[in-house]
Amino acid sequence: MSPAPKLLEVDDLRVKFLTEDGMLTAVDGVSFELDTGEVLAIVGESGCGKSVTSQTMMGLTRSPNARIEGSVKYKSEELLDAPDEVLHRIRGEELAMIFQDPISALNPVYKVGAQIVEAIQAHEDVSDEIAKRRATELMAEVGIPDPARRVDEYPHEFSGGMRQRAMIAMALALEPNVLIADEPTTALDVTIQAQILRLLKRLNEDRGLAVIMVTHDLGVVADIADRVLVMYAGRVVESGSLDQIFYDPQHPYTWGLIGSITRLDRPPTHRLAQIKGQPPSLIGLPAGCHFRPRCPHAFDRCTEPPGLEVRGGGAGHEDRCWLSAEKKKTLRVVEGDIGLEAPAA
Amino acid sequence: MSAQEAAAKAGVATGQDGQGEALLEITNLVKHFPIKSGIFFDREVGAVRAVDDVSLSVHEGETVGLVGESGCGKSTLCRTVVKLLAPTSGSIRFEGAELAGLGRRDMRPHRRQMQMIFQDPYASLNPRKRVGQIVGEPLKLHKMASGAQLKRQVQELLVRVGLGAEHYNRFPHEFSGGQRQRIGIARALALRPKLIIADEPVSALDVSIQAQIINLLDDLQDEFKLTYVFVAHDLGVVRHVADRVAVMYLGKIVEIGPASDVYENPIHPYTVSLLSAVPIPDPRANRDRQQVMLEGDVPSPANPPSACRFHTRCPRATDICSEVEPELIEHRPDHWAACHHPYNVGGGPKVEVVPGAKDNGS
Repeated sequence: MSPAPKLLEVDDLRVKFLTEDGMLTAVDGVSFELDTGEVLAIVGESGCGKSVTSQTMMGLTRSPNARIEGSVKYKSEELLDAPDEVLHRIRGEELAMIFQDPISALNPVYKVGAQIVEAIQAHEDVSDEIAKRRATELMAEVGIPDPARRVDEYPHEFSGGMRQRAMIAMALALEPNVLIADEPTTALDVTIQAQILRLLKRLNEDRGLAVIMVTHDLGVVADIADRVLVMYAGRVVESGSLDQIFYDPQHPYTWGLIGSITRLDRPPTHRLAQIKGQPPSLIGLPAGCHFRPRCPHAFDRCTEPPGLEVRGGGAGHEDRCWLSAEKKKTLRVVEGDIGLEAPAA
Repeated sequence: MSAQEAAAKAGVATGQDGQGEALLEITNLVKHFPIKSGIFFDREVGAVRAVDDVSLSVHEGETVGLVGESGCGKSTLCRTVVKLLAPTSGSIRFEGAELAGLGRRDMRPHRRQMQMIFQDPYASLNPRKRVGQIVGEPLKLHKMASGAQLKRQVQELLVRVGLGAEHYNRFPHEFSGGQRQRIGIARALALRPKLIIADEPVSALDVSIQAQIINLLDDLQDEFKLTYVFVAHDLGVVRHVADRVAVMYLGKIVEIGPASDVYENPIHPYTVSLLSAVPIPDPRANRDRQQVMLEGDVPSPANPPSACRFHTRCPRATDICSEVEPELIEHRPDHWAACHHPYNVGGGPKVEVVPGAKDNGS
């Protein structure tokens, strides 16, 4: 008997866009799996391909100038070349997505409740009355106060945090199994961010909702994720459990990321680790390791592309770095913390 | 002990009221924006009380962090201080001179000494001017350099902020976000000011670039003896750069004190909940911490709650909080807070919102 199929399987996903300046490689061979009820964080900086990866899963990057290769399977059903009808059903009923900016994701001229009703009625043949009652219940579930009144309000009458809750209510309307959240708290104040993260955690625990959290914020990752993918220039450079990534990071880029965060919980005793230089242009990326030009530990072998495999980390902890396990252990420690610095000559 | 810590100590010694003359002394500053209504006549129907009776002194060489959520008035405060906005009332003294009533022309000599760095490096640089013009403009306006000397000075500045002299003739769109912020910093530095007001200078940048800019600002402070007012909503960034921290809520300073003391022993319930809302990039520390969750949203500054403005969201509020406005009281040396039910002082409850903050102090 073959093992049960994974909830979501992404295999060697490649997304390229033809631009005026040439072929831009946004996603360069990304593979991962998502289990039922799991929270997976995809972390990286602007242009690393985290958003394009999540949008491609939802079929949102299909366009004449896009070249999409690889495979995205939901319960062993291929999504990348799925016809529109299949995609239409899967989007909403199986996979749902929320975005960074809820004000541009909501239609300003329709009432919030009506937009949730529309989402329900696009998939199910139910009366206006029932759909509206469900919309109200959903708004209550995501913590919108006084939902019976607010269901008839417009998006501009909602605050930023309330709009994001409304988006989550809409995403939950058809009881999906996977929620893809693309920087859902980036535009919000910290106290509101904490509320939204708590809500997502509750939905994950109560409903068994699997979450893909796309973020640049390692604090958010530490708060919510079970497993983490670190992306750089279109590739996953490291993947592992939350604790593996934070306490036993294998890739120099991850060291740099961890070292460059300013921390609330410690006095500023030393300079921040900085990653020198700029993220690379995605047109004409260098052969080999994409991080090589910025990496102080790069050596000859880095001109060959390292594969994503278990190297120095524990079980299931993969990375793309040629350095030996012992070298990684010593190089990543800078002044007693994780950091990225050129070794003293 | 680092120079920064030494400066913090000096700041504490002079105290908020300061025996020595502060570089910048803001007293009872108010900035209201009128809300107008009517078709033919603009009738004032109310006011957004963006900054409401704020007093703050900034001493030479220190970095004062200003934190708070959107709409708390931190940006308005900055803009009013450099007179990009005219204050409604109150006093702004800079190097002993009163700025509040000054016109454009009379402001000019003072402007040389106080410069701003803005959040959005895309919007704050003129896209049709070359980098050399952008950075050289203040020098020209103040007639401090011209011709070949101007070019040389600008190129030196560009190199100093980590760009190249060859960038002189480029346009802003040719640069990345972090590099543009460096251009903004070079422009602010051009006149060798004493005070730099940085309004969310790293918020729009990726973390690795953020670290580059923070380190740069740090180096420049040492080199040019700069004083910073550093506004940010990211409490981690502020902890890293600030000697003293002021926490604002709906137009008022609710707590102000030495950075280490504010982060380790916050007094005001708003500071406590703000600090506990920030996720810590360390899974174990995150699991172990005490969180004080805030419900609801920030009320509108056009119609702020009575007395203590935080009482509608405060977990410790009682009747007195909606009736009597609490004054800023010095609870610990140089650490002030405006609250009827403070944490971490006297009989108030102890709360440690940032686990391990003290252990890592060595």
